[in-house]
Amino acid sequence: MGHSGVWVLAEQFDGHVQRISYELLTRGLDLAAKRKAKLMAVLFGERFDEGELQELIDRGADEVLAVAAPELAHFLVEPYGRCLLELIRKNQPQIIIAGATSTGRTLMPYVAIRANAGLTADCTVLDIEPETGNLLQTRPAIGGNIMATIKTPNHRPQMATVRPRSTKPAPVQAGRQGKITRWQPPKELLGSRIRRRQFIANTEKHGLAEADTVVTVGRGIKKAENLKIVTPLVAALDAALGATRDVVDRGWLSYPHQVGLSGKTVSPKLYVALGVSGSIQHLAGMQSSETIVAVNSDPDAQIFKVADFGIVGSLFDVVPAVVKKLEEAKG
Amino acid sequence: MRIVVPIKQVPETAAVRMDEATGTMIREGVEAIINPLDLYAIELAIRLREGSGGEVVAISMGPPKAMTALREAIAMGVDRAVLISDKAFAGCDTWATSYVLAAAMGKLGGADLILCGERATDGDTGQVGPGIASFLDLPVASYVSKVDSVSGNTLVLHRLIEEGYEVLEVDLPAVLTVVKEVADPRLPTLRGKQKARAADVPTWTLKDLGLDPKKVGLEGSPTRVVKIFRPQVARHCRKVQALDDAAIGAAADELVAFLKEKQLL
Repeated sequence: MGHSGVWVLAEQFDGHVQRISYELLTRGLDLAAKRKAKLMAVLFGERFDEGELQELIDRGADEVLAVAAPELAHFLVEPYGRCLLELIRKNQPQIIIAGATSTGRTLMPYVAIRANAGLTADCTVLDIEPETGNLLQTRPAIGGNIMATIKTPNHRPQMATVRPRSTKPAPVQAGRQGKITRWQPPKELLGSRIRRRQFIANTEKHGLAEADTVVTVGRGIKKAENLKIVTPLVAALDAALGATRDVVDRGWLSYPHQVGLSGKTVSPKLYVALGVSGSIQHLAGMQSSETIVAVNSDPDAQIFKVADFGIVGSLFDVVPAVVKKLEEAKG
Repeated sequence: MRIVVPIKQVPETAAVRMDEATGTMIREGVEAIINPLDLYAIELAIRLREGSGGEVVAISMGPPKAMTALREAIAMGVDRAVLISDKAFAGCDTWATSYVLAAAMGKLGGADLILCGERATDGDTGQVGPGIASFLDLPVASYVSKVDSVSGNTLVLHRLIEEGYEVLEVDLPAVLTVVKEVADPRLPTLRGKQKARAADVPTWTLKDLGLDPKKVGLEGSPTRVVKIFRPQVARHCRKVQALDDAAIGAAADELVAFLKEKQLL
């Protein structure tokens, strides 16, 4: 069929390449090696930092395709979608992977329909089936109760979105050679029936999705005023603050903090659950975290079943003690 | 304004069991509910109708028993509902599901606004909303957390992304997928329940929609499930008690040592 390259859809925010792009390169390097294919990073934006384009090569891309236009400064589904479809039509990639981010999870299904392609959402494992060369896409489903492996045997490209933080960013390898190609898409691809009027940035230093460490409070916090007990721990661990559904429904923290089935799915390096019982609804959003620590006064709380380290005790006692020890440890 | 809300009936996630031999869900004995994330779309649709008039139509693609979910939607305040059901639809992936639902929009006479939940709690893909938009060549705004205003053919809304909120202006007709923050779903009223019982909910089949049988079901679905398995729970919890002052200090020490050992500090 002549379908060739493996593509990763790099992401930028405010003109800067985001970490998810490097995680996708980690995935892409593995897949491209197994398929003996070229690895290309596609990046949409208004203008780019040349050093950052080179960094995509340093981290594994054989080619960077920089698609630049003022209309592409921020994600808008129609211009991004038309440009990506045009690129697919011209270059016939065999695989396209994107982050399972607000951008990837909107753009990829929009494009997959028109490309007549199969698409698998929020994968945590990607591999190549040795006999057929098909992409094997593994993802959690039904609230993380099962894992499903999915393939697209007869349609190309094979498309998948990949859960952020489900792998490490590809490291920089000095002296890597690659090509930077630029494309200015024609105006007729750039129209949009959606216009971005304003942006209201998170007031927290970093959002849940990007945090290496997440500290989450559950109903055990008892009331909003008690949140000040966990603030020093959040600061000491340089963490983002998460909340269970109970805490959000009671209005103690706002919805963007919610982790779980009806909130965000996170997989940080360290997840600290304070006064969290561990309902299925919550576990679905955090059980793929690398290391999980739980503090709960109920020794039988479900959260201990997914934790690596558990403290049975009151968070009101334990958290200040841990903060003190962390400060001592830092000296 | 006609607002269409595609909803899905899902098993109550907390009660899901899997048949490991066939890789399918055991649906017997598990309560079927409206996808909890669809309730926010239904609520927003009803509120927008209360503000600007028009009608709200719920549609659901699924087995005959998904009729229950549609009647529940009517009990909440949806004006009417249509079930999209045919044995030929079994095995549809998100591509084929989007194709069928887009066709149903056409048979309804089009929609000014299509409101979807962010994703279904069973499949967890969130792909069908953008998929419907793509088939119908409509703009789609995902992760909508607030509709600020509706004036003429333009919506102003907030979209929740990783870095904050985008304020977007969207031309109608359009598709939105909404997050929980958008509205608190109301409970069905007694009168609503009576109306739901009496409502005539038609069923549309493959033939009614004039669809190509090759584009639905397994045959029309690009993706194939190869394997279903249980995730390995490889964690072994090291549990320490911290019920008195000495134990609290020791537990804190042990935790800090653990985090150091894992190179997390």
